[in-house]
Amino acid sequence: MDTVKQTEQIRTRIWLEEPEQDNPFATKVAYCHGYDVYGEMLGNARWVEMLFLLFRGEAPTSTQAELLETLAVALANPGPRDPSVHAAMCGGVGGSTAASCLMAALAVGAGQLSGGREVFLAMNVWYRCGSDLTAWQREFEGPPDAAPSIWPPSEHPPGFDPHGVSTASTVKQTLIQLAGICNGNNLAWLEENFAHLESAANCPLAMSGVAAAAFVDSGFTPEQGEMLYLLLRLPGAAAHALEQWQYGHKRFPFFTIELENDPAREMP
Amino acid sequence: MKGPELLSKYTDTLKSRMGACIPGQRTVFRGHDLHAELMEMDWIELYVFGVTGRRFTADQVRLLHAIWVCTSYPDARIWNNRVAALAGSSRSTATLGISAALAVSEATIYGRGIDIRAIEFITSARTALENGAELGDCVKKELKRYRSIAGYGRPLASNDERIAPIMNLAHSLGLDIGPHVALAFAVNDYLLAGRWRLCMNYGALSAAICADLGFSTREYYLFGFPAFLAGIPPCCIESLENPEGTLFPLSCSHILYEGPPKRRW
Repeated sequence: MDTVKQTEQIRTRIWLEEPEQDNPFATKVAYCHGYDVYGEMLGNARWVEMLFLLFRGEAPTSTQAELLETLAVALANPGPRDPSVHAAMCGGVGGSTAASCLMAALAVGAGQLSGGREVFLAMNVWYRCGSDLTAWQREFEGPPDAAPSIWPPSEHPPGFDPHGVSTASTVKQTLIQLAGICNGNNLAWLEENFAHLESAANCPLAMSGVAAAAFVDSGFTPEQGEMLYLLLRLPGAAAHALEQWQYGHKRFPFFTIELENDPAREMP
Repeated sequence: MKGPELLSKYTDTLKSRMGACIPGQRTVFRGHDLHAELMEMDWIELYVFGVTGRRFTADQVRLLHAIWVCTSYPDARIWNNRVAALAGSSRSTATLGISAALAVSEATIYGRGIDIRAIEFITSARTALENGAELGDCVKKELKRYRSIAGYGRPLASNDERIAPIMNLAHSLGLDIGPHVALAFAVNDYLLAGRWRLCMNYGALSAAICADLGFSTREYYLFGFPAFLAGIPPCCIESLENPEGTLFPLSCSHILYEGPPKRRW
């Protein structure tokens, strides 16, 4: 019988750690995709450069870093009207744990309406259609994917606002700013053609659609874009959750409910 | 109606048929007074009533209990359970750890992701067979589409210890004779007779039983949400009882680096 305790291992292409001499559980040097994080990156690398490196495996060019940083600012706070921030505030107002507020924001902000899944789906459309307007039109005319899924069926073209009337100014400002950072890409094409796409989608472009184009231009996969979108929208959720705890629950809406089948009312 | 007109119609007031709490007075649950009409309900019966809006017999509820009981595994190695155990070991709160463990249970290769595909397969296959399709064609079509059949095969083992106890109980209750359960076993026989090494697992049987009880895909998905719950708190408790940070601690040599060589920033 083999009595040697087998060491299980986690495989990674991202992270290498070398131990301190006196403790195999303490880190002496940590490398991210080959770069010495605490010895060389710290003090020299920006937050978005680290983000880009983690997901793409290579340091970004200055243009790529600027694009991601600009997008990160645009996404940082969806504002208290956004359902994901609303969910975080529901945690904050009752004094729920910090993590639960973020989990609430993630759960609600994960969906197919303005959420991470919408970005995932929109990025897939980008990778299928690129800058082929006819392909986009065919995409929107076709039936939605009916494969059984944990996700509810899609109800609108991903990346577009089903409740919008015209393109929101904040969406246009974000698109213009991002498209101005790097020319000759999907963002620039989107800036020129979004009115045609909106016509095909029968609703205006949404922030998630701009984010999807930016993630595609940065070379992220749909899975990576979904993760980044979830991550980059958390700061606002956190800040608003903390703020509502300060305001207190008496100043937070409880809303009204109208029961359509109240047994007390239905009794003769 | 669409756009701001539609949204304006829904502001500030929720019209609901699901329920409401009238603080200090009563609570309505799917059209019933919770404290006057539903207090005698078994909790799982209430949960399933909340999901489906339908009532189930005592025997059916007993079988639904068994479906959950037999997959409650307090083994902290299992990925979703490990989340709760790591939360305990890291001295987070149990609620956070257990909530995250349940969220993680909505996985592609086990849990809710399989539940959805399993009940979709068994119900659509039954419909296809009723319309004259061949069993083999249904199986091959599913395999072609997904390269697997949800509820058949298993990530960590080839057979499933949960099938016999569930079927024994179902048999004793007379609930083992539904068409979806029969079809689940027929698919199993077909797969075993062919070149596929895919044995039926708990996911297929559970989906088939619930399909026979009239669950829709969405109802079954929601029914499954707490399925692993009972096994999770023990994992968290034990890791809380052990010294902090001692659940599967990873030394630097536990990490097998396969990335690019060292380079200058």
